[in-house]
Amino acid sequence: MDFQDGIEPNSDYDDALIVPSDDVREHLVVVGNGMAGCRAVEELLARDAGRYRVTIFGAEPHVNYNRIMLSPVLAGEKTFEQIVINTREWYDENGIDLITADPVTTIDRAAKTVTSRSGRTVHYDRLLIATGSDPFIIPVPGKDLSGVISFRDMHDVDTMLAAAEAGKASGGGSAVVIGGGLLGLEAAHGLTLRGMKVTVIHLMPTLMERQLDEAAGWLLKSALEGRGQTILTGADTAEIYGDGKVEGVRLKDGREITASLVVMAVGIRPSTALAREAGLEVNRGIKVDDHMVTSDPSVLAVGECVEHDGNVYGLVAPLWDMCRSLADGLTDRHTGYRGSVTSTKLKVAGLDVFSAGDFSGGEGCEDIVLRDAARGVYKRVVVKDDKVVGAVLYGDTADGGWYFDLLKKGEDVSEVRDLLIFGQAFASGGGALDPKAAVAALSDDAEICGCNGVSKGQVVGCIEAGACSLDAVRAGCKASASCGQCTGLVENLLALTLGEDVQSGPKTMCKCTSFTHDDVRREIVAQDMRSIPEVMQKLHWTTPDGCSSCRPALNYYLLCALPGEYVDDQQSRFVNERMHANIQKDGTYSVVPRMWGGLTNPRELRAIADVVEKYDAPMVKVTGGQRLDIFGIKKEDLPAVWADLNAAGMVSGHAYGKSLRTVKTCVGSEWCRFGTQDSTGLGVKTERMTWGSWMPHKFKIAVSGCPRNCAEATIKDFGIVCVDSGYELSVGGNGGIHVRATDFLCKVATEEEALEYCAAFIQLYREEARYLERTAPWIERVGVDHAKARVVEDEAGRKALAARFLYSQSFSQDDPWAERASGNRADLHQHLQPQALEAAE
Amino acid sequence: MTDWIDIGTLSDIPQRGARTVRLDGEPEIAVFRTGDDKVFALVNECPHKKGPLSQGIVHGHLVACPLHNWNIALASGEAQGADSGCTPTIAVREENGRLLLARPEAQNPEALRDAA
Repeated sequence: MDFQDGIEPNSDYDDALIVPSDDVREHLVVVGNGMAGCRAVEELLARDAGRYRVTIFGAEPHVNYNRIMLSPVLAGEKTFEQIVINTREWYDENGIDLITADPVTTIDRAAKTVTSRSGRTVHYDRLLIATGSDPFIIPVPGKDLSGVISFRDMHDVDTMLAAAEAGKASGGGSAVVIGGGLLGLEAAHGLTLRGMKVTVIHLMPTLMERQLDEAAGWLLKSALEGRGQTILTGADTAEIYGDGKVEGVRLKDGREITASLVVMAVGIRPSTALAREAGLEVNRGIKVDDHMVTSDPSVLAVGECVEHDGNVYGLVAPLWDMCRSLADGLTDRHTGYRGSVTSTKLKVAGLDVFSAGDFSGGEGCEDIVLRDAARGVYKRVVVKDDKVVGAVLYGDTADGGWYFDLLKKGEDVSEVRDLLIFGQAFASGGGALDPKAAVAALSDDAEICGCNGVSKGQVVGCIEAGACSLDAVRAGCKASASCGQCTGLVENLLALTLGEDVQSGPKTMCKCTSFTHDDVRREIVAQDMRSIPEVMQKLHWTTPDGCSSCRPALNYYLLCALPGEYVDDQQSRFVNERMHANIQKDGTYSVVPRMWGGLTNPRELRAIADVVEKYDAPMVKVTGGQRLDIFGIKKEDLPAVWADLNAAGMVSGHAYGKSLRTVKTCVGSEWCRFGTQDSTGLGVKTERMTWGSWMPHKFKIAVSGCPRNCAEATIKDFGIVCVDSGYELSVGGNGGIHVRATDFLCKVATEEEALEYCAAFIQLYREEARYLERTAPWIERVGVDHAKARVVEDEAGRKALAARFLYSQSFSQDDPWAERASGNRADLHQHLQPQALEAAE
Repeated sequence: MTDWIDIGTLSDIPQRGARTVRLDGEPEIAVFRTGDDKVFALVNECPHKKGPLSQGIVHGHLVACPLHNWNIALASGEAQGADSGCTPTIAVREENGRLLLARPEAQNPEALRDAA
């Protein structure tokens, strides 16, 4: 395919200096034949067509085209001819000298001339720099290999199309796009449509993080993956490899992706080299005033290459604003550019995306969030002091312009706040659109719950039959029991039908959601949700990233539901579990190594003693669970402490976690004159089976060797009391604020049975209790008969529960200390190191 | 005239997490990175009982103190909800991919707290 437009480099400008003698007008020379340079000239012509003689230099061999439309050309939706803005005739008709394929290389401000690569020197009266921006190439090894390109001009598009053609010949090529911003995703989309297997590598955790918040980024990722692209977020490129020509990309974590084409689309930066060399004032971009004049009054600059009032723009709308002000200035009207408030309404790979203003939230900002997972719609409007300050829309961007308008005008939205998120049509509908009135107006056969096909009449019938809470409606007719999107409607129906008699349901998980813990757990499994952002999206969380209550809970629920698959989110863990030690009131930590069944030996004792001395720990104490606790360790010393303890064969005691803590034992039949069984040995076996398991809350076990119960097994979460004829098992004990003795579960004959019942009970608790609910309140809530029915009476169920527990354990019994001591994420323990000092204003 | 100190890059701080910085004669500073990649810096002490805020759970533009779960606004250092108190903030900005921290003017922690 050939997108050349047939323009040869001009041959009629051989003279070194172009000064037609009959033209006495001021000469405006434009460096850059792109969207900004040409638009500036268009604006100028519109104001005063005859005022300047105009010469335009372009680096590319083309007339002016719409760079934004390169993606449709790549995707095959448009031809180059269709994206040309100004044809050759336009330049001719307006008397503009166009010099293509010949970039300006130097500016001599004293002589007021520019010189191009081919050696052409042209005198100017006014110079306009519109050099745009350069793609940013990340400095990794292999960046210069053949087949590594950017996505910036027609030449790049031609290279991509050639690679796709070559791939077809060999049965489908593969490409890697580095950068999950707009440009990268457009390139990936085009290449996918051209039949290539595409992998997008993105350094940040979510796509398009500059335009979209996390939730919208997650939706976008899901949609693109649905189209067959592989999206790797949080992926850092180590090198591009290949022998002369690119063969693939290697990530810092060691993964390799083979590819015959690598598109680097990590960003752009203002092209300022020419201006800098000419001695113009340059910061991030070429500095200009409100009339787009640089530090030299004869030199102007416009577009992506400039910095105005500290801002650099990479969007089209500000560029148009600048061009208007520039043309005004050139024709003695002094309107002045005041900067632009930007919005982005984009179709990313055919998906609608909109963002405007500041959607990052912050002090005094309120987020209004609408999530409609079934339709793939996400809307977030950020309101501050009753004004819209930002918006992110995904999937349905129809109201983007309206929000942007409210934002720009700074209109007070307090009147329509309740309806704001539903869009202009709804919010402008007048007072009749009170949500309750709207529901009242629905006909009886109107569908309320799309997931379960429940009509308004059915919901009202259910309420009239006695359901007077949201939960009762969910149980009675299934409305709002699935995705929860219709919860508001159901609540309004409850209020309408019952007046003030609505019962408030069980407490929601936290202020971020209307769902309870039980709802969330059920939906995670039912909808096979796999990440915290996915849960927050599908269950309509009202905050961008949750709070300190829901994030640890969600992390646990996902971990429990998807053993071996779910990637733990460290930042959603309480500090103790993140640091694998107990934070104390002075900010230091205490460290408890595991001592299996409470047993120890000289080597371990020596290692602990050495650690206490070496790190100056002010105190060592025997814990309530028969382990040694070393206090007063500094955060930065933790990895070294663990390394020393690991060296003596000791692993983490998890005394800090919502997890199995200890198995307390008495000495049992080996030494005790009353002991009936080997309680110490069984304690060790129990601890070996259960250590490392994550739980809704801390979990303690004890094994006593006789009914004298020296290990106090009857106030533990799971207690075993050995008797002559076997093992008495009891559950739900607690020695905490509210002391609770265990409920008797059953008696078994063998150690193997005791272990199996223990595993099954733990798994039942893990799967059913609410996060931060210990076994005692859980057992009181569900009744010990429930535990008996599941663990004692249902043999197959018990074996399945135990099997699920042991399967989970196959992934969790890695010592977290060893991992940290080996250096993995050791940086989290260290202070940032200040670099050289720098003075600024 | 502010001294700006280069303390590293955004990627040195885990998203929804924090790292600490120690400068001579200053209280320890916690530098936070939020879910939307904004950066804030506070003295690493909760106004309540001096809990190390750097170790708390970062959510939105708030951090929950790891000792007693007070929520502190990262932008202002103000305790939220029913709690009251304020942690001094320190200016921090990102420039050319580097994080620059303003060196606090005052030389001792008490003066800094008073200044805030």
